[in-house]
Amino acid sequence: MNPAENPNKKRLRRSMMFLNAQKPGLIKDPYVYGPDSIMLDLEDAVAVKEKDAARFSLYHALQEIDYRGVERVVRINGLDSDLWEEDILCSVAGGCDSIRIPKTETGEDVKKVEAVVEEAEKRFGREPGSVLIMAALESAKGVLNALEICTASPRLFGIALSGGDYTKDLQTSITGTGVELMGARQHMIIAARAAGVQCFDTVWTNLNDMEGFRKDVETIKMMGFDGKSIINPRQIPIVHDIYTPSQKEIIFAEKVVREIDEKSAQGIGVFTVDGKMIDIAFYDGAKRTLMLARAAGKYKGDL
Amino acid sequence: MINAVGREIPDEILRMTGKEPFQGNSYKEGVPFRRYAPIIRPVMDNTHNKMVKDIHEALVKCKAHNGMTVSFHHHFREGDLVVCMVMEEIHKMGLKNITLAATSLGKAHDALVPMIEDGTITSIQASGVRGKIGEAISHGKLKNLAIMRSHGGRVRSLVTGETKVDIAFIGAPTADEYGNLRGVGGKSNCGVLSYSHVDGDCAEYVVAITDTLVPFPNFPAHISMTKVDCVCVVDAIGIPEKIATGAAKPTTDQRKLMMAEYCTQVVVNTPYFKDGFSYQTGVGGASIASTISLTKIMEERGIKMGFGVGGMTKPMCDLLDRGLCRVLLDTQAFDLDAVTNILNPKHHRITAGSYANPFNKGAFVNKLDYVILASLEVDVHFNCNVVVGSDGIITGAQGGHPDTAQGAKCTIVICPLLQGRIPAICSEVTTVTTPGESVDIVVTDYGVAVNPNRPDLLKALEEADCVPLKTIEQLRDEAYAITGVPNPVEFGDRIVGIIEARDGTIMDVVREIKD
Repeated sequence: MNPAENPNKKRLRRSMMFLNAQKPGLIKDPYVYGPDSIMLDLEDAVAVKEKDAARFSLYHALQEIDYRGVERVVRINGLDSDLWEEDILCSVAGGCDSIRIPKTETGEDVKKVEAVVEEAEKRFGREPGSVLIMAALESAKGVLNALEICTASPRLFGIALSGGDYTKDLQTSITGTGVELMGARQHMIIAARAAGVQCFDTVWTNLNDMEGFRKDVETIKMMGFDGKSIINPRQIPIVHDIYTPSQKEIIFAEKVVREIDEKSAQGIGVFTVDGKMIDIAFYDGAKRTLMLARAAGKYKGDL
Repeated sequence: MINAVGREIPDEILRMTGKEPFQGNSYKEGVPFRRYAPIIRPVMDNTHNKMVKDIHEALVKCKAHNGMTVSFHHHFREGDLVVCMVMEEIHKMGLKNITLAATSLGKAHDALVPMIEDGTITSIQASGVRGKIGEAISHGKLKNLAIMRSHGGRVRSLVTGETKVDIAFIGAPTADEYGNLRGVGGKSNCGVLSYSHVDGDCAEYVVAITDTLVPFPNFPAHISMTKVDCVCVVDAIGIPEKIATGAAKPTTDQRKLMMAEYCTQVVVNTPYFKDGFSYQTGVGGASIASTISLTKIMEERGIKMGFGVGGMTKPMCDLLDRGLCRVLLDTQAFDLDAVTNILNPKHHRITAGSYANPFNKGAFVNKLDYVILASLEVDVHFNCNVVVGSDGIITGAQGGHPDTAQGAKCTIVICPLLQGRIPAICSEVTTVTTPGESVDIVVTDYGVAVNPNRPDLLKALEEADCVPLKTIEQLRDEAYAITGVPNPVEFGDRIVGIIEARDGTIMDVVREIKD
């Protein structure tokens, strides 16, 4: 038994790195690069005839390797295959933290996975509710059903856009401008926030264009996304850099948290900090700024 | 007898070699000695002809004999044709018991193994040995001890007369008929002839071998006609594409980039990083990436390098070209950019002796602020091994590692925690080549460790809070937690080689591998 280390729906997930579950060189110590989550892939990266071998490799990696607090998500095969249930059993038995459902189209899809996860938790003695779920939206239908998907299960911590398949469904392609993704991104982040879950952006595959990647991450950060799916460890420092608050933001957030704690104890609802009007609605945002700053090593305080 | 790095040096080896065990870096400081000089045969006859028709004639003229010592340089690196060409002729003449004293030996010399097996070559002295010769030595095929010594240590062994070279063969990219040699130009352009200078000064006979004869005088000469006995023209002395390849593409391996970033952070947050600082680095992916990221910070802060020294690569030449470095002092050109950049008047050639010889009145390594090195293994005493693989086979070279490590004020060794599944940070290195007292900081992908004998550097890095600091024991424990504690390599009893310290004492011995 290897209980999940981080059954935390709200944990920091700036960078979620795909790794082929079958490649020992990739999965042996990806934590040295400092991603927030790794997504061990049983789906597209693994050829059909290698699915069993990949499950063995995945199971042993989950059992043997100390990932040092990095969240271990497993991307299972699609619900249209005959592979996904066994994938879940293997992942939960190994001790994964979360399951990523590919090509999610409806809330029903999430519920189907939830049922198998629940079974697997019982069967392998995992704490009930410890294995979380995330859903990848890869079609127009999936994107339109975002809110239904986000609210389908209490285990669901977030949704991720999968831009490749989604743009094919739209009858366009990834252009590098982001135009083709605008609608999905906007819709998904609104749905996710409405449901109180996290939202992650699609991968950037051109490793020769790191400047383009940087701009892409800046865009999704401004839109409100919690993080980005990534395909190479070189992308991690760029994402983390963009998600690191400035010194000014950190100082302000610290003041906001302190003031709100103090003033609410005195029964004061609205007040000003550095000339800005502040109320309880700023609390979560300021807390999140400090969490991001702490993750980047820029904040050592105790708030 | 146990030496200063805790290695058992058997009395039999001390007797056989007449050497002392290593007793610490400063053991020979200030100890006087008389410089060795070879016998010279004056040439006053103005009709004297130094040209010979082939290597055979050169060998005859230079009194080649059984039991002689011949020397070579490795400026042609993997593209060298000279060593095999000459040894082939020696072999044909049926000469035996030859000592091969090369500056380094590698895969280009795999063809010499049968000559080791048949007793043509019975002793080898080199900075190190890669490829099949290393395997042959580790399997006990060489009759006598192999001696591995650093670049500076090699110069010392020649100037003290410990190694007496009978015939030095100097492959020269260009030569004139009277023996003025240059490292630059010709078909096998290697830029510099730094390693051969001492051979010119100390060998009994000196033979220049070239594939590009130029009109007299070939000037300014890097090695002067006053030291050269014979000049031999052959079809080719090197394979150009293997001598100097194009500049290595900057690495895209995030692990190496991370180590490079840690290394750069260490440099810029330690007290020697100020205008006029001096620096040496190598050719590994992380070293090159580190020079590139260091360049950015130098530009931002307006800090210029006083001098860069050692083997040269494109990023170092770029620093010079962009005015961020006052001079380059070149001992070896690692890529084509370095070969062509030597035409820049601020890019100077220096000899291996002025670079690193511990037995002169002060070498350039003594003036180094930073050196960035790699290592096969580093142990918890900060001892490094750069010669013997973790499988016990001789597979690398000391090069300037021990020289620069001792000389530099801040010696940084970059080494991933694991080499495949073998822990590179370990309790005891397989073989000590550079003593821990010379090594200040170890940079790994899992964190950075500072030698406890440098509390000043530790304090600077703690205050800067720029890299994940760990103790070397923590790093070792992390490695062992992943791989398990490795079983020691199984060696046979026979000692096949010695690792010589810079000062000629014995740092360690290398034993035969158990088959």
